[in-house]
Amino acid sequence: MWLPVSDPEFFARISPWFMAMPHSRTLGLQLLAASKGKVVLGLPFRDVLIGNPATRILHGGVVTSLIDTCSAASIFTLFDKLEAVATLDLRIDYLRPACPDATLYCEAECYRLTDNIAFTRATAYQDDPGRPVAHGVATFARTPVPAAIAEAL
Amino acid sequence: MTQSWQVNSIEELDLLLQTRIPYSALLGIRVRAGDDGQPLFCLPFSPDNIGNVQLPALHGGVIGGFLENAAVMHLLWAREASELPKVVDFSIDYLRSGRPLDTWAQCEIVRQGKRIANVLMTAWQDDRTRPIAQARAHFLLA
Repeated sequence: MWLPVSDPEFFARISPWFMAMPHSRTLGLQLLAASKGKVVLGLPFRDVLIGNPATRILHGGVVTSLIDTCSAASIFTLFDKLEAVATLDLRIDYLRPACPDATLYCEAECYRLTDNIAFTRATAYQDDPGRPVAHGVATFARTPVPAAIAEAL
Repeated sequence: MTQSWQVNSIEELDLLLQTRIPYSALLGIRVRAGDDGQPLFCLPFSPDNIGNVQLPALHGGVIGGFLENAAVMHLLWAREASELPKVVDFSIDYLRSGRPLDTWAQCEIVRQGKRIANVLMTAWQDDRTRPIAQARAHFLLA
C-alpha cells in the first residue's frame, strides 16, 4: 500500500521547516520516514522530558506534542503547495507508560482529506510496535496561505 | 526517590512544579492562587513554545501538555494524594490560536471516584471569556 509522498520536491522543501519549529527543536523531534499520507517521527529520550522522577517515565504532555506534530506532518505528505493546518481536536488514549532511556516513535496517517478538513490517526510506540504507548485521533482545519507568503518559503 | 506527592498549599505545588517535574520545568509552568482560591496555572510565553513561526502561534502540543500537567497538579492539590495520578485519556479542542502571550489555565474536577477522576481544563490568554482551548481527561488515582 506504500506510495511516495504526493509531491516529493514540495515535501523535501517543507519538511525541514516543519522540523525546525521552535518547539520541535525543544523536544528534539526527528523525521524518520515519509510516504503518501504517512509520516514517522522519532523522539530520543532526554531527562528533561520526564513526567515522574521516581519512575522516569515520559510526561504525557510529551506524548501529546509528538502525536500532534506527527499527525499534522502526515497531512503535508498529501499537499503540493503550502497550506496552514490548525488542530481542531485531538484525543489520546495512553495505553502504557513510555519507558525511560528508549526512543519514542510515532507513526501518523492522514486517512481522509476533504476541501476543508483533514482526519488523522496516530500510534506512538517504543521498541515494539505491537505494544503501543498511545493512540491518537485528530481533526485539522485547512487554511490557504497567501501566495506571497507561500512563495517566500 | 520515594518522596510523597502530598501538597499542603498552592505555594508547595508551585515549588513541586519547578523542582520535581522536569517537563513542567522545561515548559516553565507556574501556579498561584486564583481569585476563587483554586490553583491558577500559568505558562509564561517563551519562544521555545512556538509552533508556527509565521503567525506566530504557540505549539498545540505545548498547550495540550500544559493542560494535562495542570490537571495532574490540580488533582494533587485537591486530594490528599500520595501518588502521581496517571493519565488514561486526554481530549482537547483548540478554539483559538495561541498567540505569543502568557497562557492561563484552571481545572475543574467533574467527578472523582475511588479510582478514576474526570477533569475539565480551560486555557485562555488575555481574555478569560475567550478560551483558546478546552480539554477533558480521565486519570487513574494510584
